[in-house]
Amino acid sequence: MADVTQVKTTINGEEVNLLCEPRQSLLEVLRDVLGMTGTKEGCNDGNCGACTVILDGRIVDSCLVLGVEAEGKNITTIEGMASPEGLHPLQQSFLENASLQCGICTPGFLLASKSLLDQEPDADEGRIRHWLAGNLCRCTGYDKIVRAVLQVSKAK
Amino acid sequence: MTSNQVLSEVEFNVVGKRPIRPDGVDKVTGRAQYGADTNMTGALQAKVLRSPYPHARIKSIDVSKAEAFPGVKAVITAKDLPFAALSKEELGDGYTALKYASDHMMASDKVLFKGHPIAAIAAVNAHVAESAMALIQVDYEELESVVDVREAMKDGAPLVHEDLRTNDMGQISDKPSNIAAHMSYSTGDIDKGFAEADLVMEREYTTATVHQGYIEPHNSTAFWNTDGQLNIWTSTQGSFAVRAAVANVLRLPVSKIKVTPMEIGGGFGGKITAYLDAITAVLSKKAGVPVRTLMTRSEVFEASGPAPASWMRVKIGVKNNGKMTAVETDIAMDAGAYPGSPAMQAIVCAFACYDVTNGKVDGYDVVVNKPKTAAYRAPGSPQAAFGVESLIDEICGELKLDPIEFRLLNAAKEGTRRIEGLVAKRIGLVECLEAARDHDHYKSKLSGENTGRGVACGYWPNRGFQSSVVMTVHFDGTVSLLMGSVDIGGTRASIAQQTAETLGIAYEDVKPTIVDTDSIGYTFITGGSRTSFATGLAAITAADDVKEQMITRAAKIWDTSEDDIEYVNGTVSHKSDEELKFSFKDLARQLATTGGTISGRSNIDPTGEGNGYAVHLVDLKVDPETGKTDVTRYTAVQDAGKAVHPGYVEGQMQGGAVQGIGWALNEEYFFDPTGKMLNPTFLDYRMPTTLDLPMIDTVIVEVANPGHPYGVRGVGEPAIVPPMAAIGNAIHGATGHRMRSLPMTPGKILEAGWENGNSSGG
Amino acid sequence: MLQSLTGGARQIDCDAKNIRQVIERLDELYPGIRDRLVEDGELRENLAVAIDGDIAIMGMLEKVGANSEVHFVPAIGGGS
Repeated sequence: MADVTQVKTTINGEEVNLLCEPRQSLLEVLRDVLGMTGTKEGCNDGNCGACTVILDGRIVDSCLVLGVEAEGKNITTIEGMASPEGLHPLQQSFLENASLQCGICTPGFLLASKSLLDQEPDADEGRIRHWLAGNLCRCTGYDKIVRAVLQVSKAK
Repeated sequence: MTSNQVLSEVEFNVVGKRPIRPDGVDKVTGRAQYGADTNMTGALQAKVLRSPYPHARIKSIDVSKAEAFPGVKAVITAKDLPFAALSKEELGDGYTALKYASDHMMASDKVLFKGHPIAAIAAVNAHVAESAMALIQVDYEELESVVDVREAMKDGAPLVHEDLRTNDMGQISDKPSNIAAHMSYSTGDIDKGFAEADLVMEREYTTATVHQGYIEPHNSTAFWNTDGQLNIWTSTQGSFAVRAAVANVLRLPVSKIKVTPMEIGGGFGGKITAYLDAITAVLSKKAGVPVRTLMTRSEVFEASGPAPASWMRVKIGVKNNGKMTAVETDIAMDAGAYPGSPAMQAIVCAFACYDVTNGKVDGYDVVVNKPKTAAYRAPGSPQAAFGVESLIDEICGELKLDPIEFRLLNAAKEGTRRIEGLVAKRIGLVECLEAARDHDHYKSKLSGENTGRGVACGYWPNRGFQSSVVMTVHFDGTVSLLMGSVDIGGTRASIAQQTAETLGIAYEDVKPTIVDTDSIGYTFITGGSRTSFATGLAAITAADDVKEQMITRAAKIWDTSEDDIEYVNGTVSHKSDEELKFSFKDLARQLATTGGTISGRSNIDPTGEGNGYAVHLVDLKVDPETGKTDVTRYTAVQDAGKAVHPGYVEGQMQGGAVQGIGWALNEEYFFDPTGKMLNPTFLDYRMPTTLDLPMIDTVIVEVANPGHPYGVRGVGEPAIVPPMAAIGNAIHGATGHRMRSLPMTPGKILEAGWENGNSSGG
Repeated sequence: MLQSLTGGARQIDCDAKNIRQVIERLDELYPGIRDRLVEDGELRENLAVAIDGDIAIMGMLEKVGANSEVHFVPAIGGGS
């Protein structure tokens, strides 16, 4: 068995100490080590965006980040998007706009959209389409996803 | 002009509204449990060793070093499958079918496509399994392979199966062939029909191998308990289909297998075949603990079931006024490594949009050294429509006829006999064509250079088949709704809506759950655009059962006859005594003290599914320098019968249209000459992204299906049928060139320009 | 689709009470046609039978009326 390394990181505001193998991706660490399966695997090579998380304010494909690289970082996953008070406005908007069909790409789209609106609260359709081009959805044709983000964007 | 229109004639209380889906919150918070999210105590992870060659004989497999690798708990090859121990004599007529099914899951003597499973390893984690895989020694004898569907049909082509003979409409050929089957339908007199025509055109078309492209890779978790009970948790369109496939290959009674369908991350027809379940089960049996197998994206591309490449010849004769006098087509579809392409569906769908008096359609199911193809949204129909709808546009151009008026003149309608012999009931093609003609999009002027507009229509018959539903009334007046239909795109909502509508209660009071194969009666796959229709109908029937029992209970409480009681809009009341009245909730409360709860049930096998039609409009612009096509405006029109949840119906129309846009412009498997796929990643197999698309406008036409109380017909599939021809027709408008080969890549568009001595492409 | 066996005839009138009898009548007229339609006593898997335009779910046992129109059609599967 490969040796393990201790990693100290912050996930959804909580400090986490974990052990992982140097070869494990952040995606594997989240899913297999921490049991946080909300982050999805679609391709494991950085092309579909299903495993998108926010790392120190930037969106990354967690399959392309090593678990050990999470050391000292601040990570937001889908499990950290809603609060005890309720859903994030984007989550609510996705539900109201029927923006998900199978739902496997949804966590990635939500985090990517959140990171966009956190930085550009009044992003327009063109900006949204540019920002979300790294996330693949095969069910919706994107129309209702873009509309859901646009609805929250305009509300701000 | 709104971008999403619903042309309704009938309104209901719950059906036709847009409530939030019951599984929605779990899916936006990451809590929903998909197949890969299973995490059983002590579970091992498995990896599958796959053939690097498209066609080879397996001379020997040595797994001993892999078995000895630390952390490896079980290794299996085809020798561990029951088929290995069964003789040809024992199996009799069933030999070939079982050999194909078993070998497809794990090859015993020959590999027939790159990615064909050879062995599987269960280990303490996936990295260990992968390391051990490199230690399996396989000695192959490489064989000549055949990749192209028409090459495979030729005499002397390398044989994929040495013993396969052509089933020519029931007649089995003497000689082995890659043509697994030939099928044919005809009507009228085509010689006479073509003789009567003022214009006869004949063209050939080809389409490339494409993939459904669901984002969630295949997965399976299995635990074969020591008592012989096999449990499987998997991502599938049909839990009962998985149970049947595993029972067949492992020679088990179905009662020994329980399949629990997990949330499914897309299917589109590609998650009907059980690729991993049987081998994962055998690994679990050998290891004595649960085993989980996950495919990588490359495995999905190389070893699940893409949609067939095809070749077709289409010939159509018309009068000068546009009336069709005769039609004819030959369609050859590549089935991949084992027979079973949708050639039959292709020939049945090819001319189903039209009233055909004289016609002949022939289909060929052809095996090649590529992964066995699977269903992909309206299987067979998109390829056929690319040819037929492109040729019709060419004819319209020749005769200077409006493409929508041409189609209205020839459109299939109620009473039209299709080529396979069935007569159309109330269908909505004419209404869809009229809605497209009258749409702001069609009436708008196309402007700018290198722009074009295209129109095409599409058909899918839709399906009924068996569904089971059980519903229980709780004492607080809520209703549990149990079903066997997997929810891929919002059918929990659409079936809960039909339940609420029938019972006259609030949508929020219906709690749908999708249960395992031990907990509900047989239910056919979520596919064929059947679920909202057939399982919806099962829910309505079960709700009717509940209503009858509620009436009986009220009769008991009021000490009167059931005939004196009526159930209207969720209120149970005495017909002649206004004082005696229960709301659904009030009566539910009474159940506890008057005999206990009530359950309704339904097991149905409905017909009357109602055929689906779609008409699409597209505007696009072609860059004359690069040949790149940009879709600038898109409108999808479709008859939904009655849209139960218009939001999810629009989603089906938009999603189908965009898969079609990808199929038209970008998507294809690149094969080397031996049949190795060269682009098995999402980087190189280029599916549409947000950046490639405009909004997709929709018009839901509602022509009630007489086979359903709310008029519902299937909506999932017709939307993928028209886009390829619509886009090809628009590219002709933009460039002046007819594209007859999919995908219509920038390279092909530029070449078409050069061939015509016009380097600017326009 | 079985016209090679029926000498080109597409339509046959016959007297029968259910699909089993329809197929028996057909086989009397065109020997061999039963084997094309039936396997192990049931309709072949890739076939469906339509009576007056509706796919019949009872297979060989489905009842046929005096003026019913019976079609043998391909069973179409597949899905979204």
